[in-house]
Amino acid sequence: MTTELTVTRGRGAEPRPPRRADNDDSTSGKLSLRHRLANLDVKVSPYIYIAPFFILFAVVGLFPLLYTAYVSLFDWELGADEQPFVGIENYTTLLADSQFWNAMVNTLSIFVMSSVPQLVIAVMLAVLLNTALRARTGWRMGVLLPYVASLVALTIIFGDLFGPQYGLINDGLELFGLDRIDWQSERWWSHAAIATMVNWRWTGYNALIVLAAMQAIPRDVYEAAWVDGASKVRQFFSITLPLLRPTLIFVVVTSTIGGLQIFTEPKLFAPAGSSNGGATNQYQTVVLYMYQSGFQSFDLGYASAMAWVLFVVIIAIAGINFLLTRRLASSGEA
Amino acid sequence: MATVLDRRESVTPRRFKKVNLADQRPSFTVYGILIAFILGSAFPFYWSFLVASHDDAEFTATPSLLPGGRFFENASRVLDSIPFWKALGNSVLVSGTVTLSVVVLSTLAGFAFAKLRFKGRGPLMVFVVATLAVPTQLGIIPLYMAMAEFGWSGTLGAVIIPNLVTAFGVFWMRQYIADAVPDELIEAARVDGCSMIRIFWHVCLPAVRPAAAMLGVFTFMTSWNDFLWPLIVLNAENPTMQVALEKLQSGYYVDNSLVLAGTTMATVPILIVFLVLGRQIVAGIMQGAVKG
Repeated sequence: MTTELTVTRGRGAEPRPPRRADNDDSTSGKLSLRHRLANLDVKVSPYIYIAPFFILFAVVGLFPLLYTAYVSLFDWELGADEQPFVGIENYTTLLADSQFWNAMVNTLSIFVMSSVPQLVIAVMLAVLLNTALRARTGWRMGVLLPYVASLVALTIIFGDLFGPQYGLINDGLELFGLDRIDWQSERWWSHAAIATMVNWRWTGYNALIVLAAMQAIPRDVYEAAWVDGASKVRQFFSITLPLLRPTLIFVVVTSTIGGLQIFTEPKLFAPAGSSNGGATNQYQTVVLYMYQSGFQSFDLGYASAMAWVLFVVIIAIAGINFLLTRRLASSGEA
Repeated sequence: MATVLDRRESVTPRRFKKVNLADQRPSFTVYGILIAFILGSAFPFYWSFLVASHDDAEFTATPSLLPGGRFFENASRVLDSIPFWKALGNSVLVSGTVTLSVVVLSTLAGFAFAKLRFKGRGPLMVFVVATLAVPTQLGIIPLYMAMAEFGWSGTLGAVIIPNLVTAFGVFWMRQYIADAVPDELIEAARVDGCSMIRIFWHVCLPAVRPAAAMLGVFTFMTSWNDFLWPLIVLNAENPTMQVALEKLQSGYYVDNSLVLAGTTMATVPILIVFLVLGRQIVAGIMQGAVKG
């Protein structure tokens, strides 16, 4: 016991500035086996602890992603005897494939219809939640309710609500003297319906994230602004919004990465028959088209090319979003 | 000191207290909007139960906003149409295993990143954070090929293994452990001759229980809702809940009462979890936001 203490103290006196006694095996020759084991423990343990993540990421994350690029260069059919190398042919075919562009436009359209209103409503909701409400946690749980429900179940429920013939939403429209809408076969209306599900699910969640960021803004900033005669609205645009910038960037980037991979909602929006994005693919998204090519037509090479193009698009749009949000959110400061 | 502070606060003019919206009792309008929002949030759940408790044809002809009496009849038809209990058991098993593994492995890695010194710690952590932005879902094609090659498709292992540890989990636990576990405590344990793993077990784990619990809840819900990958790799005989629901819906003749009875039954367990743990979930999201 005492020897260990001395050893540790001796280390502390060394010129290296670690906060705690780090091992250094220059003296390990003189140490007992037990000490050497202890030193090994200190040295090796961290790598063992972080290894599972890196190994798993390499095996089920990184490698598949890179291998996707490899597969995309072949005419790779599931179950076929040989997979001929075709170079970039899958990509040239893809870029000339009108169904792919249709899917890309659908994905972007659904994404914009879902992310923009969602963010605006989330910020407004956060403002309301940031007041001195009674039973605060209750309200917060209330707005979070949609987030916890199973996505598949909710999509089926919304599919029913948006049903063209007997759906509640169309009944409601009629009640107000409006025309019924064919939420499934009209292209843009179907996007609006799918975006509604996405918004419904994520707005409360994002509101809580924004709320947390709002509460982290120091009170005296507002007091100073108030003393200077800034109105509530002015305070919101000149203080709250700019200070929320990192959070808004976070929300926008994560919703981009998720939103462009949307699959479950369009897959289950209408029952059977049109389950790959509608009879004329009016709401087929890129991941849904990828699923169809890869796992229903078994054209894995083509599906892989699609995965890679989408990958590049996601990274690009997330990057643009990042820059844009930074610009927009900081304009209040100018 | 405290009294001085108190006095200063009480001297502050009243109007200062009204500076921030957060200091005011909100108006009825605020409560009204929030109530409307929450009713809107809850309505689809109620609707699902409504449809599930009526006869489909009857309900279509004369919709009503009151529940009918046929829920159990429809529910028993669900049990006949899909292997509901098997799907429920599979989902619990998959999500439970994934949750346990993610929490343990993320906490271990988070502990190493937050408290241990080793070569390459900084760059490796940056790498972990960077992988948060990688849409790994797009790698499902080779993943499927590998599972087919090993004969794992159709087994629960195929949906468990890819999710055993996540970048988010590592990041989340690292952030928490950095603040929650005092360096001095680790140092003292080491001076006493504790091995690394015992330090982890006796010093680190007890201190990080709240964060680990939150990570557990999130992981469970994410895993429970996973759909694309299970849909590809599992089949109708051995599905998770989500895949079973999809099968229920994808028949050519769709009986809404049957399908929505299924969604209601699948939603109830998760709603119970929410009612019990909702407070923690809210706190988890809000803490994660501030730290992340």
